[in-house]
Amino acid sequence: MAEPLLSVRNLTTEFATERGPALAVDNVDFDVGSGEVVGMIGESGSGKSVSALSILGLLPTPPARVRAGTAFFEGQDLLRLRASELRRIRGRRIGMIFQEPMTSLNPVFQIGDQIGETLRVHEKLGREAARRRAVELLDRVGIPSAAKRLDDYPHHLSGGMRQRVMIAIALACNPRLLIADEPTTALDVTVQAQILELLRALQRDSGMAILMITHNMGVIAEFADRVVVMYAGRVAETAPVERLFDHPRHPYSQGLLDATPVLERVERRLRTIPGSLPTPTGIDPGCRFAPRCELAQDECSRARPVPVAIAPGHAAACFRTDASAQWRLA
Amino acid sequence: MLAYLVKRLLQAIPILAIVSLLSFGLIKLVPGDPAVVMGGTTATFEEIEQIRRNLGLDRPVYVQIGAFYWNLLQGDLGNSLLLGQPVVGAIVERLPVTLWLASYALALTIVLGLATGIIAALQHNTWIDQVATGIALIGVSLPNFWLGLVMIVVFSVHLGWLPTSGYVAPTDDLAGFFRTATMPATALALLQIGLLTRITRSAMLEVLRQDYVRTARAKGLSEWSVVMKHALANAMIPVVTVIGLIFSVLISGSIVIETVFTVPGMGSLLGNAILRRDYPMIQGGLLFVAAALMMLNLAVDMLYAYFDPRVRVQ
Repeated sequence: MAEPLLSVRNLTTEFATERGPALAVDNVDFDVGSGEVVGMIGESGSGKSVSALSILGLLPTPPARVRAGTAFFEGQDLLRLRASELRRIRGRRIGMIFQEPMTSLNPVFQIGDQIGETLRVHEKLGREAARRRAVELLDRVGIPSAAKRLDDYPHHLSGGMRQRVMIAIALACNPRLLIADEPTTALDVTVQAQILELLRALQRDSGMAILMITHNMGVIAEFADRVVVMYAGRVAETAPVERLFDHPRHPYSQGLLDATPVLERVERRLRTIPGSLPTPTGIDPGCRFAPRCELAQDECSRARPVPVAIAPGHAAACFRTDASAQWRLA
Repeated sequence: MLAYLVKRLLQAIPILAIVSLLSFGLIKLVPGDPAVVMGGTTATFEEIEQIRRNLGLDRPVYVQIGAFYWNLLQGDLGNSLLLGQPVVGAIVERLPVTLWLASYALALTIVLGLATGIIAALQHNTWIDQVATGIALIGVSLPNFWLGLVMIVVFSVHLGWLPTSGYVAPTDDLAGFFRTATMPATALALLQIGLLTRITRSAMLEVLRQDYVRTARAKGLSEWSVVMKHALANAMIPVVTVIGLIFSVLISGSIVIETVFTVPGMGSLLGNAILRRDYPMIQGGLLFVAAALMMLNLAVDMLYAYFDPRVRVQ
C-alpha cells in the first residue's frame, strides 16, 4: 500500500480539569489514504472530534494539550509545525466542516466574503476574482442562483444551505483531505441525505480523501470505505466497511451494530450495551471497555490490549478476538 | 432607510416637548428666584417685584409654559436673564466646546477601553488579564472630579506640564486644544475606559468561544484576522450600545469636570444657570442637551444596524 495521506500515531490529547488531567484521546493510531473515505465512529465523548481537532491544532489550549503523537500529512508532522506553517495547511490542503451549520458561519459577514476569504488568504486572489470563484463554489455545492446568494448573510439561509456554504468554504482551495465532523447530525433527515449525497459526489469528482466523523452507523454504511471505531479515547477496531458490518471482532463494535436498527431484522428487540462510558479522569490499566463487556476476563482489566491483526486492513484491540468471532454467531 | 430616519426624527418632537415640560416643572419646584439674584443684596422688595413683572414671573405657571412653547415654535428660546444675550446664541457658543471635549474623551475611551478589553480577553486568566481588570475596577471606582483635582495638583502645580484651566478650540490651535483639554478629557474618560474595558473583555470572551471563530481558524486565517475581524465584528454589537451610553454620560459628566477645569462649555453654562435660577437658559440648555442625546441614540441605532446585519430593516 502506498504511503497514506494522513498517518496518525500515538495521538494523545488531554484536558486540564479540576479533578486533574482528563485523557480525551489516548494513543490513537489511524491512517487516511489518498482519495479514501474513512469513517470514524463512536459515542459522544469517545474522542472522535478531539482527535480531528488535535491534528489541525484547533483545540483551545489551555485547557486542551496534545501530549504526544505524530500526524504526518504529505510528509509533514502537523503536530510539530509552527503555527504559521499549520495555517498554510488549514483551509488549503485540509478543509474542515463542523456539526453545527447554524453557528459555524460568522453571522455578520456575507457568505460570498466568507467563502472568498479563504481564497484571498491562500491563493492571494483579489476581491473580484475571489467573488467569481465563490459563485462557482456555491454552484458546485448545489445552491440555486448562486450569484444572487453571495451577498446573503447566514441568517438568510436554512441549516442545510448553511452546511452547503460551509462545504464550499472547506473546498475552496481544493484540499486533499476533508475532515467532516458530524456534518449531518444537526440536520433534518431528508437534508442529511442530500448533504451526504453532495459530499459523495464532490469526493468522486475531486478525488479528495474524507475523514467522516459520526455516531451514525447508517452514515458509515453508506459512505465509508474503511471504518475506525473509537471507544473512550482509544481505537477499538479498524476494518474495511463490509468487513466491519459482516465480521466485527471487537465486542464494542459488535454491540454498536446490534444497537443499530436493520430493516431485515425487525423481529427482535434492539440490543443495548449495558453501562456507560468510563470517566476520562479515571486511571485503569486494562481495556476501557472491559467493565461493559460480556466477554471480559481477568486479563482484560489488568493490561491494555494492543491491536490484533485479523485480516488485511482489519485489526481489533481486544484480547478475546477468538472468542468474539464465535460469540456473535451464537 | 430614509423613511425610518424621518420617522425617528418625528418621534423626537413629542419627546422633546415632554422633556421641556418636565424641566420646567422641576425648576419651579426648586426654591429660589432669579429676581432676587438679579436685584442683588441691596434691592428693595418693590424693586424685586418690578423685576419679576418685567421677566413675566408673576404670571401663572401655565401661562409661562405656554409662552415658552409659543416662542419655541418660532425658534426663540428667549434671553438669558443673567448674560444679557439670547439663549440660542450662548448655547451655540458653548455647545461646541462640550462636544469637542466629550468627543476627545470618547476617543480616549474607545481606543484605550477597546484595546485593554481585547488584550485582557486574549490573555484570559493570566496576570495581564488580572492587571487590566484591576485597573479597570480602580477606574470605575474613582470619582472624576476628585481625579481632575489630583491631576491638576500633579501635572499642573508640581510638574507644570499642563495649564490648570482654560480652553482652546481645536479649530484655532490643535496643540493648544490638546494642552488644555487632555486633563479634563482624561478625568472624564477614565471611569468610562474602565467600564468599556470590562464590557469589551466579556463580549470578546463570549465571542471567542463561538463556533464561527473556530471556523475562521480552520480556514487558516492569521490570528490577527481571527481576532480583529471575525471576533471583534461580533463583539462590537454589545459594545456599540455601551459606547452610545458612554457618550451621553460623558456629555452630562462634563458639567462637573468643566467646573473643575473652568472650561467654558455647556456644562459650566448650565451649572451656573441652575445655581442662579436663569430659567430661560436652563430650559434652552436642557432642550439642546436632550436633542443632542436623542441624535446620539439615533446614531447608535444606525451603527447597531451596521454592525449586526440581523437587525437591519428590510
